[in-house]
Parts: sequence; C-alpha cells; structure tokens
Amino acid sequence: MIDLGPHALYIVFAYLGVFAVTLALVFGVALNAHTKRRRLAKMEAARKPEAGA
Amino acid sequence: MANTETARPLRWHERLAHPGQFLAWSRHLLWPLALLGALLFAWGLWLSLFASPDDYQMGATVRIMYIHVPNAWLSQLTYGVMAVSAIGTLVWRHPMADVSMKAAAPLGAVFTVLALFTGALWGRPTWGTFWEWDGRMTSTLVLLFIYLGLIALWQAFDDKLRAARLVAVVTLVGAINIPVIKFSVDWWNTLHQPASVFVEGGPRMPMSILMPLLVMTGAFTVLFLLLHTVSMRTEVMARKLSALERRRALEPGK
Repeated sequence: MIDLGPHALYIVFAYLGVFAVTLALVFGVALNAHTKRRRLAKMEAARKPEAGA
Repeated sequence: MANTETARPLRWHERLAHPGQFLAWSRHLLWPLALLGALLFAWGLWLSLFASPDDYQMGATVRIMYIHVPNAWLSQLTYGVMAVSAIGTLVWRHPMADVSMKAAAPLGAVFTVLALFTGALWGRPTWGTFWEWDGRMTSTLVLLFIYLGLIALWQAFDDKLRAARLVAVVTLVGAINIPVIKFSVDWWNTLHQPASVFVEGGPRMPMSILMPLLVMTGAFTVLFLLLHTVSMRTEVMARKLSALERRRALEPGK
C-alpha cells in the first residue's frame, strides 16, 4: 500500500465519501428506472386484454 | 396530402429526439457506457492511488485532486447541458429537452456536493481551513442552491409542460453563475488555485499527475452520460405511465 503521509485521513475520507455517494447515486437511479419499467410493463400488460376484448 | 405527410417515415434527427424512439435506441448505449466507465474508473483509480507521484508541495494530498476536479467539472458541465436543454424547451418546445433538463438536475446537485466535500477535505491540509467565503467556493455553493431550487420547482407543478417553461427560464438566469465560477479565481483574491490544465502554453503540471486527472475526469464524464441517459429513459417512462393512468381514470367503469 502506498504511503499517504501525515494527511492520510483526509485522503481516505475523501475517496470513501465519493465512493459511497456515487454508489448511492447509481443505485438510486437504477432502482428508480427498474420501478418505473416494471409499473409500465404491468400497466401495458393490463391494457392488452382490454384492447383485444 | 395530409395523409402522405403522416405516413412519411421519421428523419434520423426526428427519430433521435422522438420519446418513443429514444427509449428504443438509447437502450443500446447503456451497457457499452457502463463497461467503458468501469474500465476508466479501474485505470484511473490505479493511476491515482498507486502509479502517480506525490506533489512536491502538497505531498500525497494531491490525490484528492483526482476526485475533486472531475466532480467540479461535472457540476458545471451538467448545468451547461441543462442550459442547452432549456433553450430547446423555450425555442423549439421539444419534449426531450425538458426531459433532459429534469433528469440532469439531481445529478448536477450530487456532483456539486461532492466537489464541495472533496474541496473542503483538500483545503484543510493545504490551506489550513475546510471553508473560506471566497469567490470560487461561494459561487459553487450558490450553484448547489440553484440546483436544489430547480429540483424543488419541478416538484411544485403537476402540469409538467408549464413547469418545463418556468424551469427553463430560471435555468437560463442561473447560467450567469457558471462564468462567475470559472473566472472567480481571476477576478478576486482567492485561496483557490487558478486554472492549470486548459491554459495558454499547456498544462502546468507534469504528465505523471495530469494523466490520472484526465482518466478520472473521463471516467466521471462517462458515468454522467450513463446516469443521464438512464434518468432520461426513466422520465420518459414516468410520463408514459402517468398518461396511461390518466387515460385509465377517464375510462367509464374504472
């Protein structure tokens, strides 16, 4: 492991903070997309039999 | 005559910008962008943490620059994307322009928070303080408030078309802050260092420090492109969903 010197704590906190927030952002965006896609598919599936009737 | 026009196939730029077509073609971008982003992050982190030297003045704290500068760059690039989209909304009233504007705002807010957070952690060992009310830091904080205001404005309206026009106007007014951020280090006395990459005579840093900075900036930019595309797709789906729900509510017997 590299020597981060006397200010190692600042460097580690900066990287951990960016990692955690970026991960949360990616997860949030993916979850939102997944939820909307599922709801839309459900809604469209429910409309198909009605349209066919 | 009218029938012939309706039957005309969409031109390539109309296909690109049509919400339904956008969902179809943008799907093919997601995995290549995710893969490219992952590779750039792996390479950039390797360079930033293991394969680059300490700075002769700042020591190892220079490594914070590799995550601070990309986030600061994206906080402004995202606003640039929103400003261009705002013009698209106001001039051409294009539906995808306000979808782009709405999708970008939360991303811009997060990148601005990360730029401020890493800046504070870099500032403490370098300047001896987490925060100083100087031009660069204050104008970046103002940018965060603008992002939060725009997000709140989107939430305040049920009518998304009306919201889009108002948000577009506010976005364009707020764009004045971007050159203020950029030139704040030249206009006022500040603790923040002046531009050192895109300057006359070339970058003022050695290649061993410039390289990780460029690779990490590329990685974060690809991440933004990916998240923006996914968020735009989600917004298109959300609008489609709410149109279907409205139609369903109006159907007799429902």
